[in-house]
Amino acid sequence: MENKVKRELPDDLMSKMNLKPFESTDIGHPEVQRVAPKVRVTSDENKVVDSLEDVIKENLRDGMTISFHHHFRNGDYAFNKVMDLIIKMGYKDLTLAPSSLTGVMNDKVIEAIKKGVITHITSSGMRGSLGDFVSHGGLKNPVIFRSHGNRARSIEEGEIKIDVAFLGVPVSDPAGNANGQDGDAIFGSLGYALMDAQYANKVVLLTDNIVDYPNTPASIKQDQVDYVVKVDKIGDPDKISSGATRFTKDPKELKIAQMVNQVIVNSPYYKQGFSFQTGSGGAALAVTRYLRQSMIDDGITASFALGGITKPTTDLLDEGLVKKIMDVQDFDKGAAASMAKNKDQQEIDASWYADPHNKGAVVNNLDVSILSALQIDTNFNVNVMTGSDGIIRGAIGGHQDAANAKMTIITAPLVRGRNATIVPNVETVVTPGDLIDVVVTERGIAINPKRQDLIKAFSKVPGLKILDIKDLQKLAQEQVGTPKPLEYTDKTVALIEYRDGTIIDTIKQVKD
Amino acid sequence: MTYVKNRLRRTMMFVPGNNPAMIKDAGIYGADSIMLDLEDAVSITEKDAARMLVYNAIKTVDFGGAEIVVRINGQDTPFYDEDVKTMVKAGVDVIRLPKTESAAMIQKLVKDMEKAEEEYGVKKDSIGVMAAIESAKGVLNAPEIATSTPLMMGLAVSGEDYTADMHTHRYPDGRELEFARNMVLQAARAADVYAFDTVFSNMNDTDGFYRETKYIYELGYDGKSLVNPRQIPMVNKVFNPSKDEIENAKAVENAIREAKAKGSGVISMNGKMVDKPVVAKATCVLETAKASNLIDEEGNYIGE
Amino acid sequence: MEIKTTGVAGTLESSDIQIMISKGTDGIQIDLDSEVAKAYGDQIKKVITDTLKKYGLDNVKVKATDKGALDCVIEARTLAAAQRATETSDKPELGVL
Repeated sequence: MENKVKRELPDDLMSKMNLKPFESTDIGHPEVQRVAPKVRVTSDENKVVDSLEDVIKENLRDGMTISFHHHFRNGDYAFNKVMDLIIKMGYKDLTLAPSSLTGVMNDKVIEAIKKGVITHITSSGMRGSLGDFVSHGGLKNPVIFRSHGNRARSIEEGEIKIDVAFLGVPVSDPAGNANGQDGDAIFGSLGYALMDAQYANKVVLLTDNIVDYPNTPASIKQDQVDYVVKVDKIGDPDKISSGATRFTKDPKELKIAQMVNQVIVNSPYYKQGFSFQTGSGGAALAVTRYLRQSMIDDGITASFALGGITKPTTDLLDEGLVKKIMDVQDFDKGAAASMAKNKDQQEIDASWYADPHNKGAVVNNLDVSILSALQIDTNFNVNVMTGSDGIIRGAIGGHQDAANAKMTIITAPLVRGRNATIVPNVETVVTPGDLIDVVVTERGIAINPKRQDLIKAFSKVPGLKILDIKDLQKLAQEQVGTPKPLEYTDKTVALIEYRDGTIIDTIKQVKD
Repeated sequence: MTYVKNRLRRTMMFVPGNNPAMIKDAGIYGADSIMLDLEDAVSITEKDAARMLVYNAIKTVDFGGAEIVVRINGQDTPFYDEDVKTMVKAGVDVIRLPKTESAAMIQKLVKDMEKAEEEYGVKKDSIGVMAAIESAKGVLNAPEIATSTPLMMGLAVSGEDYTADMHTHRYPDGRELEFARNMVLQAARAADVYAFDTVFSNMNDTDGFYRETKYIYELGYDGKSLVNPRQIPMVNKVFNPSKDEIENAKAVENAIREAKAKGSGVISMNGKMVDKPVVAKATCVLETAKASNLIDEEGNYIGE
Repeated sequence: MEIKTTGVAGTLESSDIQIMISKGTDGIQIDLDSEVAKAYGDQIKKVITDTLKKYGLDNVKVKATDKGALDCVIEARTLAAAQRATETSDKPELGVL
């Protein structure tokens, strides 16, 4: 069958897994039934245990679903510690349902798949050797990729039923009151892990830092926690920061960032009390810096900044240019440290952040989001999941979610090396073009024809070059040439869900 | 591409001639001129490879409408002859000769270019030349260099080599370059060619860059040589005319139009005659204002 | 044109390609290493082959390590390598350009 973004979906798999094709970005007002976890009642004051192995033995059975969070990113010690034991203890047929998978987890996941320990995976994304392994058909069952908001929805509605959540934290008290703001390996917001703490049947905290009761502020609360496992070291503080944390010096990134800022400040949304989400990476940091200067010059302040938060954004909070930060994760130590001392930096969970099936998520209040892309096609569909070689090397993250902003801007260089970024058809549709309003490249911007109001607003901006997206695509093609189409086998290695759980695209096994 | 004598040349961005990544993106920053460098930016063992690369780049890369200048290797090097031939065949806009010290050197270059133009069937006089003044001798001979050929596009001061030749080096206040800057500018103006200031390479000293750019702008320079695209908007900012200057230039333009309508050869404004340099200045102001988006298509002021 | 030595041109920087040329016996044999081999491998080999033939070289062993170079770069590097291999860099045959 073909879905509404013209992607052919495998009928057998769709019916076998009882999946629905993507229809529309309009969520509507469905009535949904949430699920609740099973609770083993305890009144223990002290849940601290020494043996992680005993905890696993007591609580984990073959075929169960286990979860982790990725707030430690590449400084994570919790995942490998737990998985080492699970593999050693000979478990089979587990479903791995982390908030995402980072590079430091790759080898362990591959080992677990090869030994039959893990047979199903759902994640926001995967990169490196694991993406390569899955794209080459290493996992029998297709991986299900979900956005952060969609993961929250899936957990709430029981599509992801977590049996045991293993959650690393930099601090906890003996009863399980924990946060991400104290200790050696702080990462700030526990946003994604809060879903697991709330909905998993068993919640196991791992920490190297047990403090006196009661530990406040408590992001994860004692009423949710079954065990607190003491470990030597929970994470490497130096590797928690993700990607670029310094202002880029790359003139092309700066040029794009400057154009993005031009788009924002000339949009109808740029006014007193507007809101924005920028994300991580060098270009995003640069946008924040240019935006800061414009806000100072124009005397404009933002009501809130959303999303993955970086130090430049918390600086805006300190300067009073941003009134509040709605914080689901922190990308660097500066932003993480800021949370502990600033009451206006509000920790939010993934549901509050972006769940499409609740009574209103923050992304629905968002004016402007700035997002990146591996590929964008002439229908404005965005791929953040597969490279131009068809191999999985990305994550949905909050892309589909933040694209619900009133104006969603995609930034990307026109070409990367010899790969065109603007293409006739993306390899994988992750975020539908319906949600994308403006694409900014170093050669000019393209505006979704649905947004005649923006076309009108930006045509008056001196020096802002507006092109048809098809012309941008042609410009890219003139530079790099026409690539030979990639070849895939019939095997589906991954499914891409839209926020509402419908299937927006699939990823096939690459042919080498 | 063909050489145009008069055009906006506020920014001349240097791009190393053996660096494909930088060449590929050179056109996106809005430089008025791009100088692809075969000389100092290319090591002695890569001169041949850079030459091929620059040739192909000129032929195929979209430089976004910028003027393309190539700095070839000096006449005292074994690379000069092939550089000239290859760049003529490529059809570059302007060839820049480093270490120019006399009119004879430029005349030799023009003769060598003519020979190559004939050999490769390139239209005669379709390529301009410019001289880099990098020594005491070059500075003293600037007037004869500026008038050495009708193909002369402009003179550029090259501060590093010049200060070495003067037994000094560059200082933040630029006093060591005062004579050279003034001499080269006088020579350029007298010959009606363009004058370019030297590079400023400390990217961390933004204040210093603005100070120097403002200084050479006030002296009367047409543009500045740049080592980093981030400097382009900074130079443009300094070169932007004020609202008053723009209004005045528009008044001059109106006066020209009126004179033409009346069939009068004399342009007058507020009862006073408007001289030729004033007209030239007004044209330049409006051209700059347009390039910097300070006026719209109809000439209305939209800057802030 | 005769290959006298091994000629190398280009770097391993992004957007560049390194071409190594030596004497061959069996036509133009290209060993290509490229991140975009799937999408552009055939095109890269075609540019190298065409360029070598234009330079009058028919029996050549080529080792190409590509870092996402555009066609104009591939041609320039192939030419430079060919000139070096034929020891004609000082007075290259510009007619092929």
